[in-house]
Amino acid sequence: MHIPDGYLGPNTYLAFWIIMIPIWYYAGKRLSRELRSRQVPLLVLAAAFSFVIMMFNVPIPGGSTGHAVGGAIIAIVLGPWAAVIAITVALVLQALMFGDGGITAIAANCFNMAVVMPFVAYYTYKLFSGNTEITSSRRVIAAGIAGYISLVAAAALTGFMFGIQPILNHTPEGIPLYMPYPLSITMPAMLIEHVFGFGILEALITALIFAYIQRTDSSLLYGEKSVAQKNKMKNTVPT
Amino acid sequence: MEKIVRNFAIGLALLIILTPLGLLAVGETFGEWSVEEVEEKLGFVPPGLEQLSSIWGAPLPDYAIPGSSDSMTVSAAAYILSAVIGVAICVGLLYFVGKKVAKD
Repeated sequence: MHIPDGYLGPNTYLAFWIIMIPIWYYAGKRLSRELRSRQVPLLVLAAAFSFVIMMFNVPIPGGSTGHAVGGAIIAIVLGPWAAVIAITVALVLQALMFGDGGITAIAANCFNMAVVMPFVAYYTYKLFSGNTEITSSRRVIAAGIAGYISLVAAAALTGFMFGIQPILNHTPEGIPLYMPYPLSITMPAMLIEHVFGFGILEALITALIFAYIQRTDSSLLYGEKSVAQKNKMKNTVPT
Repeated sequence: MEKIVRNFAIGLALLIILTPLGLLAVGETFGEWSVEEVEEKLGFVPPGLEQLSSIWGAPLPDYAIPGSSDSMTVSAAAYILSAVIGVAICVGLLYFVGKKVAKD
């Protein structure tokens, strides 16, 4: 899902830089407003985990390889805005140091994997969790579904960015300048492998890590109050 | 360090050691072909793609040491090294930023 240099024309990759700059700025503001010291180690591990999990290429039938992103569990644990920062750090590093994803395409890749993915994941998790207790097993399922849908959404968007290139960028003779394949090829290619392959992997990873945190210390989850905070609230007499 | 953080750190260390498993996956990734692979597929290289594809030279392209032998042992070592470098930079950078901005 890491779009390399040369696959998106300047009109597309510049548009995503323009979209991403305010998103990064706002995510940074939110992070500095909301981050608790207790979450710092988790934020650090989240970026590192995302970086490493994307190196785990998994083959699927049909001769294609791909990977999970870890974006869903990061969004559920740290919140979507912190996830934007953590996954962006991993993606920028992959592009600059390891040539995984192009440098012109950093913003487009971040939009797919560091914005769309965590937000879709977070709200899918919220939707399927409903009003259940934080310890409810329904939330494990909700986390799994969030992982699945969010990765498929990011893949679909990547396929869309690829597929509009021959329409947006071609010579007067109709020769494509960048990604040569049209939507009718790029969309199914990206969707099929993520719907039947990597999406399931992302779902399993998300559900597993979620279940572990839920059983160990659910107060770490985004939006949950710690025991100390709950007691404080109980003891506060409204005046 | 909280126990849960320590366990995650251990899990991450295990993942790093296991990253070379990712090298066993042979096959291409859609839309991530090299210029040569594109030429093989189409019989030509789209001019913009050719021009932009070499805009950046990463120091460790594809998590490998450029010019080193492509034996499995060397690739696996380079892959683990890449993971260690990546994790070290992520950890260093976000720890610094996190400590600066975190409340309470």
